[in-house]
Amino acid sequence: MIKIKALFSFLNAQLLKMEWLWKLVEALVVKIFGLSMESRLGGSIHFFIYDVIKIFILLTVLIFSISYIQSFFPPERTRKILGRYKGITANTLAALLGTVTPFCSCSSIPLFIGFTSAGLPIGTTFSFLISSPLVDLASILLLASVFNWKIAIAYVVVGLVLAVIGGTIISKLKLEKYVESFVYSNKILEVDQGELTKKDRVDFALEQVADIIQKVWLYILIGVGIGAAIHNYIPEEIITALLGKDKWYSVLLATFVGVPMYADIFGTLPISEALVAKGVGVGTALSFMMGVTALSLPSIIMLKKVVKPKLLFTFIGIVVLGIIIIGYTFNIFGHIFI
Amino acid sequence: MIIKILGSGCKNCKTLENNTRKAIEELRIDAEIVKVEDFKEIMKYGVMTTPALVVDEKVLSFGKVLKTKDIVKLLRG
Repeated sequence: MIKIKALFSFLNAQLLKMEWLWKLVEALVVKIFGLSMESRLGGSIHFFIYDVIKIFILLTVLIFSISYIQSFFPPERTRKILGRYKGITANTLAALLGTVTPFCSCSSIPLFIGFTSAGLPIGTTFSFLISSPLVDLASILLLASVFNWKIAIAYVVVGLVLAVIGGTIISKLKLEKYVESFVYSNKILEVDQGELTKKDRVDFALEQVADIIQKVWLYILIGVGIGAAIHNYIPEEIITALLGKDKWYSVLLATFVGVPMYADIFGTLPISEALVAKGVGVGTALSFMMGVTALSLPSIIMLKKVVKPKLLFTFIGIVVLGIIIIGYTFNIFGHIFI
Repeated sequence: MIIKILGSGCKNCKTLENNTRKAIEELRIDAEIVKVEDFKEIMKYGVMTTPALVVDEKVLSFGKVLKTKDIVKLLRG
């Protein structure tokens, strides 16, 4: 038992936290750049190089394996599975399938219409739409790498709960009439594209890696850059005055800054990492990350094309409220996780 | 032959369009490419994932950025 535990913590430290890389970059900064790790510049450069390399390595490995799994759950199959269930079971399944169904934000509207046309209740569809950007397999492993496993698992659990509860509330409110009418009157294509071969899945996974890295590399560099700046250049007093654990408004501020922003979890993680290191509550950092990933101005504008304002604002309201509650809860019970 | 590319104009749709043009050149067939970007129009074909390739009103593929050689195969039937 002890041996297994030691092995796990070794793998965790080397593969997930990449301590070897930390030391390698430390050597680079100290020996080649001739900077002290304690100096501002040295610390920031170390943070930047280490985080960028770590995130790109994790990202490549993760996207490949996740895309392989995702190739088994195209949205068409997810829709079929969800059609068999009702009520909270359907909401829960929708939230879970949201984590494994491959889905790019430019497909969210056809997907919404496709689900709704097939007769899925809008509450079920919203459970899917909340969980899909918020919780995915990559975010779990990245959180475990940047923070720890407890926080990663807690994040996933609260993210899924938010998706299930959010969708259920939307179901109970009977908001079907606030969906634009053209959404309901579409035929459903029942074409089987044929079962994929193993090679198809590998090709798909490789394409996803290239595609996603192309899409997110800039966000990651910006995110890590901001993180490095917070790490060493922005005085701790300013950050704790705005977002400190003892400030009641910190979660609200983090949420409202995060919601309109468009980025994904890979770009926001380094910022949160640096904020937590500066004494910001875990809940506040999570609220920021969830706000950025779950909602954004572009996605809200897209959604506005298919749902009427009342449903749109109910959806936004539920998600924002949920994120705020999660933030405060984590700040109160955060000490369990760090 | 009328080939329609369904998609909201994101990068994937443009790649599919370019690949389709190459496929047409390769096959030397007379085809017109029409881009369909309006959601209401797209949804009439019942596809849920874009980009989709529609040839003479028949949906040949959806949710995939086909490579030129795959499109050639599809068009040959």
